Amino acid sequence: MTVTSRLVPIAFVVALGCGVAALAAAPGNPTPVKESGGIWTDKDGAPTFAIAKDGSVDWGTFVGFLRYNDACLRCHGPDGAGSSYAPDLTQALKGIDYAQFIAFVAGGIQAVNTAQQLVMPSFATDKNVMCFIQEIYAYLRARATGGLGRGRPSQHAPAPKGFDEASYKCLGIQM
Amino acid sequence: MRLRESWVAFAALGALAGAVIAAPAASAQTAMPSLSQAAANTSNWAMPALNYSVTRYSPLDQINASNAGQLQVAWTFSTGVLRGHEGQPLVIGNTMYLVTPFPNTVFALDLNNDERIIWQYTPTQNPEVIPVMCCDTVNRGLAYGEGKIILHQADNTVVALDAETGKVDWSTPLASYKEGATGTGAPLVIGDKVFAGVSGGEFGVQGFMAALSLADGHILWKAYSEGPDNQILFDPNTTMSLGKPVGADSSLKTWKGDQWKIGGGDTWGWISYDPKLNLLYYGSGNPSTWNPTQRPGDNKWSMTIFARDPDTGVAKWVYQMTPHDQWDYDGINEMILADLTINGQQVPALVHFDRNGLAYVLNRATGALIAVHKYDPAVNWTTGVDMNPSSPNYGRPAVVAQYAPGSHGVNVNYQGICPAALGSKDEQPASFDPQTGLFYVPTNHVCMDYEPYPVAYTAGQPYVGATLSMFPGPGGYMGRFIAFDPVTGNTTWQIHDQFSDWGGALTTAGGVVFYGTLKGYLRAVDAKTGKILYNFKTPSGIIGNVMTYMHGGKQYIAVLSGVGGWAGIGLAAGLTDPHAGLGAVGGYAALKNYTALGGQLTVFALPGS
Ligand code: HEC
Repeated sequence: MTVTSRLVPIAFVVALGCGVAALAAAPGNPTPVKESGGIWTDKDGAPTFAIAKDGSVDWGTFVGFLRYNDACLRCHGPDGAGSSYAPDLTQALKGIDYAQFIAFVAGGIQAVNTAQQLVMPSFATDKNVMCFIQEIYAYLRARATGGLGRGRPSQHAPAPKGFDEASYKCLGIQM
Repeated sequence: MRLRESWVAFAALGALAGAVIAAPAASAQTAMPSLSQAAANTSNWAMPALNYSVTRYSPLDQINASNAGQLQVAWTFSTGVLRGHEGQPLVIGNTMYLVTPFPNTVFALDLNNDERIIWQYTPTQNPEVIPVMCCDTVNRGLAYGEGKIILHQADNTVVALDAETGKVDWSTPLASYKEGATGTGAPLVIGDKVFAGVSGGEFGVQGFMAALSLADGHILWKAYSEGPDNQILFDPNTTMSLGKPVGADSSLKTWKGDQWKIGGGDTWGWISYDPKLNLLYYGSGNPSTWNPTQRPGDNKWSMTIFARDPDTGVAKWVYQMTPHDQWDYDGINEMILADLTINGQQVPALVHFDRNGLAYVLNRATGALIAVHKYDPAVNWTTGVDMNPSSPNYGRPAVVAQYAPGSHGVNVNYQGICPAALGSKDEQPASFDPQTGLFYVPTNHVCMDYEPYPVAYTAGQPYVGATLSMFPGPGGYMGRFIAFDPVTGNTTWQIHDQFSDWGGALTTAGGVVFYGTLKGYLRAVDAKTGKILYNFKTPSGIIGNVMTYMHGGKQYIAVLSGVGGWAGIGLAAGLTDPHAGLGAVGGYAALKNYTALGGQLTVFALPGS
C-alpha cells in the first residue's frame, strides 16, 4: 500500500471548529476494520489501533506515539498521562470521539480565570500536528481504551512504502 | 499597629498598563536607595542572585550550623497562583517584592506591618502567551534599580514599576509572543541600564540579549546569538574565542542557508557582571530544532558563554560548549564569578555547571579554558573536552556516537543517554561559598532515550522534532545535591533524593547551605559535612531558589513553593523505565503522590526575638 496524501481535508477541520459542546460523544467500538497507508480505521471510519498478540502495534499508532511526544508531551506529559497543568488524556479520550478530538486540537481550548490559567493553542496551522492527526488519535485511543502501556511501543509494524516521502511532502520539508 | 481597611484602587491608564491596587502608606516613606546602596547593605537581597557575581552567598551568620536545627516558620504568604514558582523575592529595606508565574502579579509586602500588601500590580497580557511558554508559565524574579522594580513579563515585555507605588513608569516589548518569544528570565540592572533576554528555543526564536535605558525603557542595543556580525555585535578582530579572533561571519559560516533566522540560541538564564572588567556574562540555549540532522553545522553561537561590554554590547570573548547540539543541552545556566586559587595563583574565574553535565572553569577576563570536569559520573555522551591548545579540536567535547542523536541518522532511537535533555542541572542556580571554596549544586540525575525526526517550521508554533523518554540515572534516584570543586572535579559530599533537585541553593557565612526539593522540603545542610540540620515540608514542591535577609535584627530564610516547570511535566505522572519493564518503583513513582499545586512563600527564622 502506497501513501499518497497525509493531510486531513482542512474543510473537515474548519467545519468542526465550532459547536464543540454539541459533539460530545464517547468513541465507538475501536475494532479495526480497514487499513490504508498504515492507518487502521473502525467501522465508522475513525482512526484506531491494531495491537497484535505479541504486543506489536500498527504503524499508525507508532507514528502517533512519536508525534504526540513532539507536539503534546510538553503539556500533557509523557505517555499522555497528564502534567501539573494539562489533563490526563488517557482518561479524557474515553469520552471523546474523533470529531470532537479534532475540534479540540484544531480549535484550541481556553480556561483562564482567577483560579487557573489553562490554555491549549489551536494547532490548525501546525503541520507537525495536522499531518499526523489521525495517528495521534489512534495512539491516544490505544492508550485510553486499548490497553497500550506507557513508554515507547516495543515493537511496531513496518512503515508502508512511500511513508517518508509523503510525510515530508505534507510537512513541506526536504530531507 | 493600625491597619487601614479602606483600600484604594487605582485603575491604571493606557493600553499596556494593568491594574495597580495600593493601600495607603502606613508610615512616611523614605527615599528609595540606589541599587549600589541597596546591594551594599547585607540585610537586603537587592538582586536576583544577591550579587553581580551570582554566588548566592550571604554574609549573614545569625543562623549557623549549631542552631539551624531550631528554625521555625515565621510567616507564610499565598501567591494565589497554581503554576510553577521558580525564582526568588527581593528585599529592599522594609519591603519584600515578589512576582508570580503568569499572570505575573507583583506584590510589595510591608515587613514592618504584618506583611500587609502595600501594592500589587497585575499586567494585562493576552492568554495566548500561555501555550507559547515551552515549559510552564514560570518567572525567575524581579530586579531593582534606582527606585524601580523591573518586571520581565511572560509576553517578553519589560516593565518598570515605581517601587513605592507600583505605578507603571515605562513598558517596552522586546519581541513578539506571536512568533514564540516569551519572557521568563530575571532581568539585571547595571548602572543606568536594564538587561533582559528571551525564551523560545522550542519555537525557533533567534535569541538575543537586550540593553534598555533604566530611565525611560528605550532599547539601547540588542545582541543576537546567531546571524551576521552586525546582529551578533561581534568585532571579527577583537572578539576572541579560545585565544583567537573569531574572524568575519563566525556565526553565518556554521549554519545551512538562512536557518540561523529560526536558529534558537535563546537567553533565558541568569546574567552576571564583573564591575572591574566591565563585562556582562550569560549563556545561550539550544539551536532549533531538536532534530540535529535538519540543521547541519556547529550552529554558532548557540550553546555559548558570552562576555560582552554592557555599554556597547560588543562581545569581548565567546566559548561554544556544545557545538551542533544533539541533546537540547541549553547553555543558559548561571555563570558564577569567583576568584579561585589555582596552582597557587589567584585567577578571576567564571564557573559554569552546564546542562551537558560538564563543569567549566574559565578565566573570565580572557575566556581561556582552565578546567572541565563531569560533575555527575553518569554523563556518557562525551568522554571529555580536548584541553590541548595546539589540537584542531581544542575546546571541543569528544562525542560518543552511540549517545549522540543524529549520528546514525533520523528515525533512530538513541538509548541510554546521560544526562537527559533537562540536563545534569537546569536553571536552578548553584551557590559558591568562599569559606569552604566549594560550589553547592542542585542536580538532575536523569537519563533518556532520544529519537529525532523531521519537523516543519511555522512561526509561533513549536519546532521540536524529537521524542524523549526520561528515566532515573544509575542508582534509581533523580536528585543529587553536591558539594563540588570544579578545579579538581572532586565531589566532597552528596545527598540523594528520589526526585530531581530543582530548587536553587543558598550559602551563608553561618556555614549553612539551603535548598528546596521537589517533594517540598526546605533543607538546611552543614556546608562542611553535608549533614542535614533541618528538613521542613512546605505546602508544595519547591522549584524556587532559597534567599535570606535581615529585618529587625533577625535573619530570615525564604523560599517559594509551587511545583511545576519542566520538572512538573515529566514528573507529575511519574516516569517509566523503558528498559526495566514492569514493577519499577522508587524514582519512578509519581510526584503527584507527594505534592499538589499551589504558590506559597514560606519564611523561616530562629525562635525568640
Ligand atoms: C500548551 C499546552 C498544551 C499543548 C501543547 C497541548 N495541550 Fe491539549 N490541553 C491543554 C490544556 C491546558 C487542556 C485543558 C483545558 C481545560 O481544562 O479547559 C487541554 C485539553 C485537551 C483535550 C481535551 C481533554 C478533555 O478533558 O476533554 C484534548 C483532547 C487535548 N488537549 C489533546 C491534545 C493533543 C492531541 C495535543 C498535541 C497535538 C495537545 N493537546 C497539546 C494544554 C495543551
